[in-house]
Amino acid sequence: MSQADTSYVRKDMLPQAAPPVAETGIVRWLRLNLFSSPANSLLTLVSIYVVYQIVVAATPWVLNGIWVSPSLTACREILDGEVGACFAVLTERWNQLLFGFRYPTDLYWRPGLAFILLFVCAAPLLFFKFVPSKFLVLTGLYPFVAYWLIWGGTIMIPVFALLGALLGMYVYKKTVFASAGMAVIAGFAAALIFWILSGYITGPMANILALEPVQSRDLGGFMINLMLGVVCISLSVPFGILLALGRQSSMPIIKWICVIFIEFIRGVPLITLLFVANVVLAYFLPPGSNFDLILRVIIMITMFASAYIAEVIRGGLAALPKGQYEAADSLGLDYAQSMQFIILPQALKISIPGIVNVAVGLFKDTTLVSVISMFDIVGMIRGPILASSEWNGVYWELFGFAAVLFFITCYGISQYSQWLERQLQTDHR
Amino acid sequence: MTTATDPPKDSFHFKQLIYDTRYRSYTFQFIALMLLIALFAYLGGNLVQNLADQGQNIAFGFLSEPAGYDINQRPIAYDSQSPHLRAALVGVLNTLIVAFLGCLTATILGVTAGILRISPNWLVRKLMAGYVEAFRNVPVLIWILIIFTIMTAVMPPPSAFRGEDSASGMLFGSFAFTNRGVYLPAPIWGPGSSVVGLTFLASIFGAIYYRRYATKLLYDTGKLLPMVWPALVILFVPTILVYLILGRPITFDYPELAGFNFQGGLHVRGSLIALWLALAVYTGAFIAENVRAGIQAVDRGQTEAAASLGLRPRRIMNLVILPQALRIIIPPLISQYLNLTKNSSLAIAVGYMDVTGTLGGITLNQTGRAIECVLLLMLFYLAISLAISAIMNVYNNSIKLKER
Repeated sequence: MSQADTSYVRKDMLPQAAPPVAETGIVRWLRLNLFSSPANSLLTLVSIYVVYQIVVAATPWVLNGIWVSPSLTACREILDGEVGACFAVLTERWNQLLFGFRYPTDLYWRPGLAFILLFVCAAPLLFFKFVPSKFLVLTGLYPFVAYWLIWGGTIMIPVFALLGALLGMYVYKKTVFASAGMAVIAGFAAALIFWILSGYITGPMANILALEPVQSRDLGGFMINLMLGVVCISLSVPFGILLALGRQSSMPIIKWICVIFIEFIRGVPLITLLFVANVVLAYFLPPGSNFDLILRVIIMITMFASAYIAEVIRGGLAALPKGQYEAADSLGLDYAQSMQFIILPQALKISIPGIVNVAVGLFKDTTLVSVISMFDIVGMIRGPILASSEWNGVYWELFGFAAVLFFITCYGISQYSQWLERQLQTDHR
Repeated sequence: MTTATDPPKDSFHFKQLIYDTRYRSYTFQFIALMLLIALFAYLGGNLVQNLADQGQNIAFGFLSEPAGYDINQRPIAYDSQSPHLRAALVGVLNTLIVAFLGCLTATILGVTAGILRISPNWLVRKLMAGYVEAFRNVPVLIWILIIFTIMTAVMPPPSAFRGEDSASGMLFGSFAFTNRGVYLPAPIWGPGSSVVGLTFLASIFGAIYYRRYATKLLYDTGKLLPMVWPALVILFVPTILVYLILGRPITFDYPELAGFNFQGGLHVRGSLIALWLALAVYTGAFIAENVRAGIQAVDRGQTEAAASLGLRPRRIMNLVILPQALRIIIPPLISQYLNLTKNSSLAIAVGYMDVTGTLGGITLNQTGRAIECVLLLMLFYLAISLAISAIMNVYNNSIKLKER
């Protein structure tokens, strides 16, 4: 080892240098995310241009919007040739868009209250981890209260409906030990018989605690979409579960009934089912009976949604490991118990995203009732509002309003479902 | 272990029908069947009673009576004296036309948007997320109506194209976007055009054969032939040559403003465009999600393994990721096609004469034969659905992982 010491050994650490400008902060982010390659840079520039065009076109339209005006011509006079929206149609006709054009004006508080109660009463179900379970009673009572509020009439009708439902549940509980399938049928039969019998005694009681009655054909606007959506989805989940279990059943007749029903309904568009509700179903009902159109539509949409939900739940049932079924059997649980305590809780948890997809799709499809001349929000826009002399020609404001309403609702539902999935996660991640 | 004792072989009691699991399922199925028969008997009885009360019957004879209405888009010969059955057939063809166009466009849009949703470009990713959310959360009926409004209320009337410095001009002098629809140049198939068509068909096979040959050569000898440009040359050069040699047999009929409207060319109505675009863009948003989910479902290890073999990013995508992702993407894609076909029944909202508009609309209203019309309508859609699901099952079986 020669001692000619030309080497240099650093004795102390250099002070830390700041990273190159291109590798920090916003510049790094821009480089990585927007300009990582020539093609990407081009894509970015094109996107910026598109966004810029949209903003430039939409901003004056929204900012110059007229909110108070009696008609489109007056609106255009105020705008005086400038670009601007005429939101006055929304402030002028909000009640028609929300409640339809025949719902009594002084009774708007009733559907409004029903709407608020929907959130109050759905909370125990939606946020079951945070609300004590005894409040679920509220959720159970809600359909009957909401019916009473929206349609009016004597309170005895919803009370008897509630009693019939309770009786059905009681009969189910009492017979379920013998056979789950027969208990379901017995429960339905008991409720049905009770409802038919009670139909004879509600007539004389028409004035007990009666709200002013509103005819079904007087309902309209976004209220119908919400109502159809909520009613049909909540009804179709239990029916869907029954159909899915039936399709998995080892009993061939039950299985084939369910298969044929599901495949038939899934094979036809909803609009043909609405035609059935509108023009065909009346032929199959007893002569002289007068079923509400809205009730017929609810029946058909519920059938439609149950078939789709049944397929989703069947997927959930199939995804469960076979060991779960065998474990339930080896514990000595009977069919109803093993389904209720072991299988369905897990299968339904897996099915949540699918069920929510069906729910969102169904809620959007409620606009189809405008095709069979019901005045839901699309029907209101296309019919009474666009046909009126004041607002003929206001397209974007109205369709935009409807689109925004649906977007908020559907986006809300899907966000909730994602939150719910996180809540129900039992694996430790 | 045969410790389980046989059940006691005592005589049969009626109680066993309920309490014995061996017989209970028969009892239950019997009851269910009886209830079903009772329900159908009840409904059928009501039907017979109602029909008798109104002096009607169920018969399909009306299908051969003259329809008496016009249809504005006729893929086959039809006039108002043609029978209802032919009107229904025109409707069926119109449904298939819009469904085909819609599926094609939706696939292009959806695959593009789905791939862009996982692009490294933040802005593009967010824009595509916006597109998907906006279309998935708003009813398709509203989109159809919005695009129909654009086609009918925003586009200029044909009169705006009149004169030297008119308010609107034709695109490339041959495309006119008016509020009565879009006018395009229509091809005129002159004599000899069939030769051009056949040449093109043969070129397609030629190109496919060339690719096969190149692949085989690569696998056998390791010699890499260029793939893309020879295929394109084989595809187009012979056709163009034949076209020129035969003296340009295919010419175009350009639309021209005559009187109050455009004459000549191909007239695509606003209702078709509204339905087509709305269905395509709406379904495209769903397809985009399927494509994104399919690509993301391929394990990241596959990308890394391919990269460690020395493949370049484009080849990783084409040779490793896409073949595996397609297996996941195709089944939901086909069910989206099915949804699009079923949603095309919304044509009735914009007056496009599909099968819902003819058979389920005007024919139903004119003849009053609601049951027959709705039944036929349902059978048509059911047949399409079952056919598509059958194809899907065959496909699913063919791509199933071959497990040992």
